[in-house]
Amino acid sequence: MKALQSILLPVAASLVAIAIGAILVAALGYNPVSVYGSLISGAFGSLGNLGNTLTASLPLIIIGLGIALSFQSGLFNIGADGQYWIGATAAVWVGYHFTSLPGWLHMLLCLAAGMVAGALWAGVIPGLTKAFVGAHEVITTMMMSYIAILFARYLIEGGPMQEKGYIPQSPLIASNTQFPYFTQGFARSQLSPISMLIAALAVLVAWFLLYKTTLGFSLRSVGLNPRAAKYAGIRVKLYIIIALALSGLFAGLAGAVQMLGVDHQLLDGFSSNYGYTAIVVALLARNNPLAVVISGLFFGALTTGGQNMQIVSNVPASLTNVLTGLIIFFVGCERIIPQVIGWYRRRRSARAQTPAS
Amino acid sequence: MEPVLEVVDLKKWFPGVKANDGVNLTVHAGEVHAILGENGAGKSTLMKVIYGLLEPTSGEIRLFGQPVHFRSPRDAILAGIGMVHQHFMLIPALTVAENVVLGDEPGGVRFDRREAVRRVRELSERYGLAIDPNAKVGDLTVGLQQRVEILKAFYRKARVLILDEPTALLTPQETRELFNIIRALKAEGVPVLFISHKLDEVLEISDRVTVMRAGKTVETLETKGATPQMLANLMVGREVVLRVEKPPMEAGPPVLEVRNLRVRSADRHERVKGVTLTVRRGEILGIAGIDGNGQFELADAIAGLLRAEAGQIVLDGRDITHLSPAERTQLGIAYVPQDRQLDGLVLSFDLASNIILRDFRRPPFSRRGILNRRAAESYAKRLIEAFDVRPPDFRRKASELSGGNQQKVILAREVSRDPLILLAAQPTRGLDVGAIEGVHRQLVRLRNEGKAVLLISLELDEILSLSDRIAVMHDGEIVGVVDRAEATREQLGLMMTGRRAKEGTA
Repeated sequence: MKALQSILLPVAASLVAIAIGAILVAALGYNPVSVYGSLISGAFGSLGNLGNTLTASLPLIIIGLGIALSFQSGLFNIGADGQYWIGATAAVWVGYHFTSLPGWLHMLLCLAAGMVAGALWAGVIPGLTKAFVGAHEVITTMMMSYIAILFARYLIEGGPMQEKGYIPQSPLIASNTQFPYFTQGFARSQLSPISMLIAALAVLVAWFLLYKTTLGFSLRSVGLNPRAAKYAGIRVKLYIIIALALSGLFAGLAGAVQMLGVDHQLLDGFSSNYGYTAIVVALLARNNPLAVVISGLFFGALTTGGQNMQIVSNVPASLTNVLTGLIIFFVGCERIIPQVIGWYRRRRSARAQTPAS
Repeated sequence: MEPVLEVVDLKKWFPGVKANDGVNLTVHAGEVHAILGENGAGKSTLMKVIYGLLEPTSGEIRLFGQPVHFRSPRDAILAGIGMVHQHFMLIPALTVAENVVLGDEPGGVRFDRREAVRRVRELSERYGLAIDPNAKVGDLTVGLQQRVEILKAFYRKARVLILDEPTALLTPQETRELFNIIRALKAEGVPVLFISHKLDEVLEISDRVTVMRAGKTVETLETKGATPQMLANLMVGREVVLRVEKPPMEAGPPVLEVRNLRVRSADRHERVKGVTLTVRRGEILGIAGIDGNGQFELADAIAGLLRAEAGQIVLDGRDITHLSPAERTQLGIAYVPQDRQLDGLVLSFDLASNIILRDFRRPPFSRRGILNRRAAESYAKRLIEAFDVRPPDFRRKASELSGGNQQKVILAREVSRDPLILLAAQPTRGLDVGAIEGVHRQLVRLRNEGKAVLLISLELDEILSLSDRIAVMHDGEIVGVVDRAEATREQLGLMMTGRRAKEGTA
């Protein structure tokens, strides 16, 4: 019963948001059916579109796993965007160095660099300051996020990673580190089977780690009741650092996968906002690693579908941002829904009683 | 006497639970009527229904002969029901008068403070509830805050006063004062409904008592003719042993030695100021004292949750002063912490996880960092059965259990680790007769098996009935240690206020 409710409520919240979005669209003078039709066909309409949706979902899913993990440990890592970019930067740097390595080893090295960079970015300063002086991780991860993005921008705008020339971009990573794309089916999109495999592995690892290992048990204890965790003999400070580092590790991995699978170089314009959208992905999934897959796909579909919606029905793509906002709102106040139902029932039973008494 | 409040065959069913399943109750004018029942007997549900927080499934509530249907506490208040909850609903930053009138302030647009103070003073004189209307509530003791709550009820023209477990948070002196207030109210003709699970209080203050068990009212009887044994049996539904049998025993060699220990609490205050004591095999050492005198910090320090600023802690000949809590657990310290929900359990974990909370890093519960859920479940199943935890389902979350059963889970976990010494801080706080009996049995059983028990309790009766020796703490120091056989209540009471015993060594 409760498990069912925990699935139904986020779904209901999303549906309510979509319905209100439809009213908005209609009020703006568009036909909601055709607008949503173009959104859905843009997201799932063809194999190519489906590929684009999957491509857009993968970073959201991988970062979302890390955020879910930090939330389960009672920590609010909202700087995943910076961890993502620092991971991406490290992966690209490794990607165009060491070109003599065999391709598979070079790929692994890039991924490892991304993960380590992300983990250190979240674990060292936010983690240590949280554990030892109580600095709030919301502030520190946020600040570190700005630093990461500005640092990455400096590196390609006149810094050591800028490619020769005037365009602010890094050199391309070695071609044998670039993930191969599908040659059939999804061929029109930038989807790689390797990226999908990595994301799937990340989901399994996150789930296994949280629920099947002593590490996950400790993290969840710290998240749910740090005092009882201390009583149980868990070194709370250590696990705070581990939780933030792991969270950054997933974000860094997402950055590396994106560079190896899609971008192949650092480009100017760090406006993907994956790190922020992934917070909503984790929230909608109620921090369950398996549910992160579904909510990640949902937001990936909103992104790619939104672009198509703009082209086909002239609705601004920012409408999808409005939808995202509405979903956040309704997920955030999902406790209201049972209350409203209860209130409605009481009213009805009151009405039924009044004529009798 | 005409009935003031009647509850007729009231039922309140939740999905899967019949919280109230046939409650019948009549409160007359000018009587103190007690409702006695174990935790989980349905007392709180009944109160919530009477107060309009829950709607009954069936049955009727009559107030002064008229059937009433409350949809919210507001309706109940308007009808003249005053309720003082176990946990107060006061705003610490406001004054007494402001808290009392809150929601129904005198004056028009502008708040008429002087009028508020005047009315509160008038009420406090009328009902004999001495209190300064201008005092800030946050500065008041718990006993005085409770008075504010009672005043609030009368300010809203309560004609029946319901007190839900009113003594749970009070000191013995404050309880005395509360009882004087209740007697004064009775003299005024105000009926009082007194909800409690404490036998002695019910026997002392009430005129009639209604016993509840498993959602039903079992019997209503005149307090005059009732005995504690009778009421306890009615409450639990079987013969209860009120006093645990304790065979005489020769204490063995020392297990725990604390020397000149100094401890600061989490807020940096020095709470333990040079404590020296010894606990031996096969004895229960009771630590008596008024709350806030460093007892609980002492226990935390022995368990390793607070750092020793100075001094030494020796367990079985080994210096453990600088070991981590996990290492101390490993060496044989079991700890039932004072606040079971805050420290002892992870409430949103299921029982199996809570039962392995201290041991999940070790086989068979995990190997090389991988949890073995099956081992945890079979171990949990065994403990739940052995300690009669209800409901007997290891998949339940700890938060879904009653206080008594939560405590059973903690005790089961700690005792089953085969410790050298058990530190028990307030192990029966908030528990009912049946549960207390079980906890006491476990402590005595441990002692009889030759283990050491350090019992910290604010209830002198508990200390007196269980301990072999009694150490009294005051202001962070041990005032004295006396043998149970030579201890008297009066002497201990004096020591608790800081006066040294004539003889006795630590």
